[in-house]
Amino acid sequence: MELNDALERFLLRMGDNTLILGHRVSEWCGHAPVLEEDIALANTALDMIGQTQLWLGLACEVQDKGKSADDLAFLRDAWDFRNLLLCELPNGDFGRTMMRQFLFDAWQSVYLPRLSKSSNERVAAIAEKANKEATYHVERSGETVVGLGDGTEESHKRMQQALDYLWPYVGEIFDTDQADDVLAEAGVAVHPSTLKDEYFELINRVLVDATLTVPEDTFAHHGGRTGARHTEHLGHLLTQMQWLQRVYPGASW
Amino acid sequence: MGNVATSQVWEWLDQVPDPEIPVISLVDLGIIRDVGWQEETLVVTVTPTYSGCPATSIINMDIEAALRGHGIEKLELKRQLSPAWTTDWLSEKGAQKLEVYGIAPPQAAGGPSRCPHCGDNDLEKISQFGSTPCKAHWRCKSCLEPFDYFKCI
Repeated sequence: MELNDALERFLLRMGDNTLILGHRVSEWCGHAPVLEEDIALANTALDMIGQTQLWLGLACEVQDKGKSADDLAFLRDAWDFRNLLLCELPNGDFGRTMMRQFLFDAWQSVYLPRLSKSSNERVAAIAEKANKEATYHVERSGETVVGLGDGTEESHKRMQQALDYLWPYVGEIFDTDQADDVLAEAGVAVHPSTLKDEYFELINRVLVDATLTVPEDTFAHHGGRTGARHTEHLGHLLTQMQWLQRVYPGASW
Repeated sequence: MGNVATSQVWEWLDQVPDPEIPVISLVDLGIIRDVGWQEETLVVTVTPTYSGCPATSIINMDIEAALRGHGIEKLELKRQLSPAWTTDWLSEKGAQKLEVYGIAPPQAAGGPSRCPHCGDNDLEKISQFGSTPCKAHWRCKSCLEPFDYFKCI
C-alpha cells in the first residue's frame, strides 16, 4: 500500500470520528438537562467540528481531486464513512452521552500527543491543536463520569448501563490494518495497538473512581473504521446532517 | 510608494477589535503571529484560538477590511496551526482590559484569581464552558455575581 493512500485513509478516519461524534453531540443543543451542560456540549461539538475541518481539509489535499471538506461531509453515503462505530451510536440519556464522550476523549488524549510528533508536519500541527482541546474535553467528561457514577443510586445505575452498552464498541479503537502498518513504518502515526495499555489504565482509573464495574467481556464490534459494516444508526444520522445539501445541492451560507 | 513599515501594520492590527470580546484587539489576543512583505504583497499570519471558533472567519474579514481601509492592496492571510495558540500569548494590556470588562483573565493555576466585579477570591466553577469556546463559567460566592473566565490553554 502506498503511503499516500494510507495517509488519506487515516485522515478520513480522524475527520469522520470528530465529524460524526461532533454531530451527535450537537443534537443536544437546546435539549440538555441544564443550561450549563447544554452550552458545554455545544462547545465540545464545536471543537470537534473544527477539528473535522482540519482533518478532512487535509484529506482533500492528499486526495487531490478538487473536493472540499464540506463535500466529504455532506456528499458521501454511509458506506464511505470511516468513523469508529462508537461515534455514531445514539445519544441515549445524558449519562450515556457523557460516557461515550469520555471513552472517546480518553483515546484522543492518549493518541493526539503522539500524533503531534508525526513525521508529517501537517498531521503534527493538527494533532497539536486538537490535543489542547481534547485535554480539556477529557477533564470534563472524566469528571462528569465520576460525578454521575459515584452519584445517586439512579445516576449510578444509568452510568453502569451506559458503560455496559458502550463497552463492546471500545475494542474497535485498537483495530489495525495495512494502512496503520504503513503509517507506523513511516513515522506518520503510531500504531493504534501501542496505545492500549495507557488507554485502559486511564479509563480504569476513572471508572474505579466512578464506582463502576468494568465489564469482563472482551467482545468487540467492528466495521466502522473499515466502512465494512456501520450500525443502522449512521444512515439515520446522515439523513439529518446531510438533508440540506441533498435537497438544495450546492447551497452555501 | 514603497511598502508600509510592518510596525505600522502591527499598530493598525492593534486597532482591530476581537469580534466576540471587542475590548481587546487581535494583537492583544496573540493570534497575529507574523506580519511581513513578500515583494508587493503583505502577508499576515493568523492562528486560530480554537479550531472550531466561529469568530475565525469574521476575524479574517475584519483584518482584510481594516488593512484595505489603510490602503493595502495586495494582501494574503495565512493560517498557521503550529505552534498552537496559547493564552500565554495574551498581552498584559489585553489581560487588564479583560478584567475591567468583567472577564477574569487566564491564570496558570487553571482558575480565576479573583472576581472581576468585586475582587473577592471566594469563587466557584459553574461550568468548564461559557458563552464562547475560549471561556468558562464561574461565580463569585461573595457578591454572588456570575462571570466569564478566559480559559487557560
